[in-house]
Amino acid sequence: MADLRINFAGIKSPNPFWLASAPPTNSGAQIHRAFEAGWGGAVWKTIGAPVLNVSNRYGAWHQGRQRMLAINNVELISDRPIEINLREIAEVKRAWPDRAVIVSAMVDSKPEAWREIVERIEDTGADGIELNYGCPHGMSERGMGSAVGQVPEYCERITRWVMEAATIPIIVKLTPNITNIVLPARAGVAAGANALSLINTINSIVGVDLDTLELTPSIGGKGGHGGYAGPAVKPIALNMLASLGTDEIVSKSGIPISGMGGIANWQDAAQFLLLGASSLQVCTAVMHYGFRIIEDLCDGLSNWMDEKGFKTIADVSGHSLHRVSEFKNFDLSYRAVAHIDAEKCIKCNLCYVACNDTAHQCIDLVSSQGALVEPLSYDVRSNGKHEAMETRPQPQIREEDCVGCRLCYNVCPVDNCIEMVEVSSGRSAVTWSELSQHHTQVTEDWETMKAYREKVGIHIH
Amino acid sequence: MESALREIGKALAEQLPPLTRHAAAVESDRCLYCYDAPCTHACPTHIDIPRFIKKIASHNLRGSAETIFASNLLGATCARVCPVQELCEGACVLGSDHKPIAIGRLQRFAMDYAREHRSYPKVNVALTGKAIAVIGAGPAGLSCAGELAKLGHAVTIFEKRSMPGGLSTYGIIALREPVDIALEETRMIESLGVQIKTGIEFLVDNTLADLQRDFDAVVLSVGFGNTSGLGIEGEEGIVDGLQFIEASKTAPENLRVGRNVIVIGAGNTAVDCATIAHRLGAQRVIMVYRRTDREMTCYEHECDFARKEGIEFRFLSQPSRVVLENGLPVGLECLRVELGAPDSSGRPSPRPVANSEFVLAADQIVKAVGQNKPALTTLLGLKTLKGFIAVEDSFQTSLAGVYAIGDCVRASGAASTVMAVQDGKLAAAAIHRQLARTPDQVEVS
Repeated sequence: MADLRINFAGIKSPNPFWLASAPPTNSGAQIHRAFEAGWGGAVWKTIGAPVLNVSNRYGAWHQGRQRMLAINNVELISDRPIEINLREIAEVKRAWPDRAVIVSAMVDSKPEAWREIVERIEDTGADGIELNYGCPHGMSERGMGSAVGQVPEYCERITRWVMEAATIPIIVKLTPNITNIVLPARAGVAAGANALSLINTINSIVGVDLDTLELTPSIGGKGGHGGYAGPAVKPIALNMLASLGTDEIVSKSGIPISGMGGIANWQDAAQFLLLGASSLQVCTAVMHYGFRIIEDLCDGLSNWMDEKGFKTIADVSGHSLHRVSEFKNFDLSYRAVAHIDAEKCIKCNLCYVACNDTAHQCIDLVSSQGALVEPLSYDVRSNGKHEAMETRPQPQIREEDCVGCRLCYNVCPVDNCIEMVEVSSGRSAVTWSELSQHHTQVTEDWETMKAYREKVGIHIH
Repeated sequence: MESALREIGKALAEQLPPLTRHAAAVESDRCLYCYDAPCTHACPTHIDIPRFIKKIASHNLRGSAETIFASNLLGATCARVCPVQELCEGACVLGSDHKPIAIGRLQRFAMDYAREHRSYPKVNVALTGKAIAVIGAGPAGLSCAGELAKLGHAVTIFEKRSMPGGLSTYGIIALREPVDIALEETRMIESLGVQIKTGIEFLVDNTLADLQRDFDAVVLSVGFGNTSGLGIEGEEGIVDGLQFIEASKTAPENLRVGRNVIVIGAGNTAVDCATIAHRLGAQRVIMVYRRTDREMTCYEHECDFARKEGIEFRFLSQPSRVVLENGLPVGLECLRVELGAPDSSGRPSPRPVANSEFVLAADQIVKAVGQNKPALTTLLGLKTLKGFIAVEDSFQTSLAGVYAIGDCVRASGAASTVMAVQDGKLAAAAIHRQLARTPDQVEVS
């Protein structure tokens, strides 16, 4: 059985799953329950500057029957008196010595304010501090949260103040509301932070109510951007995580990264680990289903690791980073084409319409006699299930015209019905980078490109 | 009396409850939105089913109803009476591995919305000045009349019964379609400008020549003829199945239902009669059929339904005599039957075994053994096909300008409401094309 224990910048926990700093970690009582359920750690909801909250705090993005593919919030940092938070942090840590108790902090951008909060947190016995440079709403209007995270210089300066005062591990939490997340990450590294975490929530307006014409959620008739999180943001988070793992400065520093942003199940977790995370934080999924989901997060991850032969979390962490590359390094001669398994195909024709209307028009509808069939061409008097099913044509890939775009694979509702099959292009491997180096003209002039294509046999449909 | 009526109402209440908004949303989200969908092909009226379902999913119920009406003006009836297992739902691509989408019930959901909000089709064209007479206010006639009205023609339907709707009103048991639904549908057709004149019997109160004089085209939508006779002794003691169903819909409080009821026949109407008898208090209901369950003409799901209701079957039995006492039936004498070589219908021919008489006790006997071919063919001198009115692809009969649709032309295919609706739609289009060709056509914008 896989060993799920982690040692993250000196913070130990029995499994890599921490509750992210958010409503689920608002109080000692909640975190007690989470630890009873099996969570490896918790990042206490941000403490610091005094705040007041509003109601109607959460909007959500639903798709079909799937509720809360993402949540959007305008809740601020903890509105509970700081003394109560500090007392409960100390109580929780005393009661759960083997779990990671990390405290998220955010105060005014003044050295004395940061020094004071660091010292007060350290007095609780907490294992680490996460610097909240990410909150995109409310706090940012007061020069905190993402207002800091969006300016690498501020990140570095504040982190230095903290590092001077701190004796326990410091994690810098990054905001995704920035063009290049690598820059604030490098700032954290430069300031000597012990770890990074990402992503915080994304600026968002979740919708407009079509009855009231007010924003969702409506706070007394007004609304505004809030922080977006949950399964829908996972691809954005993975990209930002990978961009740190592949950045020379960040990766060479060896600084560990706590990954978050849409982790809802063990598969998501494994993907964050593979792209370089070594601890994982979860929020929206517990806000949807409660603390109990930790059981399958651990169980599923452990079973998968056993299957794949990974013994420890450290073995998994960053395992797929070497696969992360850029377009210019992709092999232009690699060719894959779609293949439809006629046995599995239910003839919904979703691949056909997607390919025909929006991709490369290389799926045909073929009758059982092999004739091409136009859609909607049955006789108006034809009817009944037998005629409809027996005369229904089969979607078929015209392989020579298939560019391997993979749209049909993505829209197919049947598991393993459409497969992308590697076929030989008959051309030797070449990247855009190599082309631009060795055949510069090809990459700059359409006529030369045409000649090159004809020479190597690339046919564009 | 009032409580008795309530009991009847309960016993005959629409069998399937309407979908809740939530259930409809869940079900509509399950639809894959197939392209050139097989459900649409399987539907005789080719309703764009994925489109109306996705409009339910997006809470565009008005648009959903419009999508249905665009292909089928009698969507409310069809949602209730269509043999969906044989048509749209039977062709659903989710049927093989999962449960097909409940298309019929979703259609009913959209149609209920249209009824509750009076969200009905409208005439959006100028009047053409052409007038068309339709004989019979059943599904085929209503569909044809409504489609013609949408094209700008003035349509009058002549209906011999006191209420319009044909079998929807009189012949579909209330469990499947209450009278109110059928009548509201006829009102919707009237809202398109169609005039429905009830209590006027064709060839009794008017002649074909009258209609040909007053109208630019005549459409016969007269259905089947009378119920077939059995030709057995004591037949006068047998209740006609269609009349039995009609009474259960129009005046259930006056319907006499026996304790031991025998229904002769094994088609859908026979199942309906047996269901009514069972629901309205018969202690025992037996369906008597001369062949076996393999040859029954009712849909498989109807047969299953009958069995679940607790209705018994007596196969390989041919009624030979009604046993009457004081003019009232006390039993049905039958002969045992053996099956022989296939007959013209392709089914094994039933051969009664001599001297094999046995008597089944019954205090009420209902027959539902099919209806005769339409009777007016000979009166009008129309060409026929297998006894039905022969029509061209345009639904024109052997008489120019006289069209025929629905069960009266159903020489092949299933005699169903939805087929009748499609006939009406196709005939309307053909008549419209034909009238547009007439030289004295008034130019309309």
